Amino acid sequence: MKVLLIAESREGKLLNSCYELMAFAEKMAAETAMFLVGSDSALPQYGGKLYLADVSAAGEYNPDGHKQLILDVVAKEQPDMVVFSHSSYGWDLAPRVAFALQAAQISEVVDVAGSTMVVPVCNAKLRRDVAPKTAKTVVTLQAGAFGLAEVPSAAPVVEKLTSQSGGKIEFTGYEQAESGGVDLGKAKIIVSAGRGIGKPENVAMIADLAKALGGEYGASRPVVDSEWVEHNRQVGTTGQTVAPKLYVACGISGAIQHLAGMKKSEFIVAVNTDKDAPIGDVADVLVVADLKQFVPALTAKIQAL
Amino acid sequence: MKILVCIKQVPDMESKFKVDAGGTWYAKTDLAWRMNEYDEYAVEQAVQLKEQVKDADLTVLCIGSEKVKETMKKALAMGCDRGAHIADEEADKKEPFQIAGIIAEYAKEKNFDLIFTGMQSQDRGSGQVGILVAEMLGMPGITTVVHFAYKDGVIEAKRELEGGVKACVKVAAPAVITCQLGLNTPRYPTLPNIMKAKKKELLSVPAADLLKVESRQDTAKMYFPEKKGGGLVLEGDPAALVDQLIKILKEKTAVLG
Repeated sequence: MKVLLIAESREGKLLNSCYELMAFAEKMAAETAMFLVGSDSALPQYGGKLYLADVSAAGEYNPDGHKQLILDVVAKEQPDMVVFSHSSYGWDLAPRVAFALQAAQISEVVDVAGSTMVVPVCNAKLRRDVAPKTAKTVVTLQAGAFGLAEVPSAAPVVEKLTSQSGGKIEFTGYEQAESGGVDLGKAKIIVSAGRGIGKPENVAMIADLAKALGGEYGASRPVVDSEWVEHNRQVGTTGQTVAPKLYVACGISGAIQHLAGMKKSEFIVAVNTDKDAPIGDVADVLVVADLKQFVPALTAKIQAL
Repeated sequence: MKILVCIKQVPDMESKFKVDAGGTWYAKTDLAWRMNEYDEYAVEQAVQLKEQVKDADLTVLCIGSEKVKETMKKALAMGCDRGAHIADEEADKKEPFQIAGIIAEYAKEKNFDLIFTGMQSQDRGSGQVGILVAEMLGMPGITTVVHFAYKDGVIEAKRELEGGVKACVKVAAPAVITCQLGLNTPRYPTLPNIMKAKKKELLSVPAADLLKVESRQDTAKMYFPEKKGGGLVLEGDPAALVDQLIKILKEKTAVLG
């Protein structure tokens, strides 16, 4: 078994997810090669062969160009599997590569069970074991599912790739996240509102509990998308990653993107009417209750302490 | 301008799921069904584009049983002009490559200027169909779009990356756009528009007529993940729950003074 690992760099920095790809390869006991569009000055600590395309020529976002570079490496290395992170880079590029290779693509793999891959279904409430029927397979790995490989202090054997310019999509630059306002990263206590709060008026209830506890309030993505809470309070993959002493998730079902942003909190309380909600997997305490009754009652009790 | 928007009908994710008798998918009984959330943004963007360019024809496509027509009617009430129902009782057994194959087969030679899809479905969640359609039709595809603007045949879009960063991209139509949550504010259909939608064209084509590609993967098994456990579950009277939780917070954390 041979796997080609697709590492990523963003704004000149190598992303740590390459070590998760290595951990996956280790679990598969597979021979590896790695591909990166990046630079000489930010190489992974990887002891194998690294195919490196210089980012100044290949561009950080150029799906047609990156696809062709990967296909060239696949032709040379003949891997059984091409492995991406299930990231904005990976889920964009993987289907293009799978299509070109006439390979099955299995998305957001969280585990391996023999010859099948395990993927989540229905907001992680269910799982599926998937078996590819093609000789080559393309997979994307859920962030954090395979942990980080023990980072070896090794240097790769670099083979440089020459990239052709062009492609139909023109990348014109990055827009940084709005900064300023609240720094949830510094808060010791965070109370977050999820879709389960039902209506924007109920944000106040969450903010009141946060205040009573001496903390800040945050929100999950749907609440921010509905513009009930501003983006700088969003917790999760596309918002802030936090690890407070106490995290109270109110009406948050626990999408993987949210869990990734808060599961390292020291103590997690979830308030939810759904006993089976995935948030229960990371919560130290799951309170099965209607938050509209429970939260104000809890706030009043804490204020009276 | 010709626009296509592809939608899927999915169960409400708050539903109580059960694995079906075949053991490879969830049981379709006792579920509340709705439009895939990501696709609501796709429909809204397609309707906004149609309103912007004025001279446009907007088709909504959905693959599934007779029941998916309910969801298609919502899209028609939001402003799509016509519905293309790809009739398939076994749509849930099809993997992304086959679904994309059906859509591409439908769309080829129809010269759509823009094809919108959600970035993924809430149930299967593969996130592949939009880009596969783009590759099959030889069109550029942009994923995870949270901002979309169209002017004189050129699309300016922003892709959402991790950490709230966005990548700004430009591409000439025709193109495929996969829509991320938050791209816009999907409208609620008004009663007059719901009534109007009932008169709009909604034609069914059998999926078998459009399916020309083989499946590339099989589901061996579907099951509930093992509960990681450890966590304490508190149930009962809210007032009693408050006291229990405060006691736990005092014992296990230092946050209550």
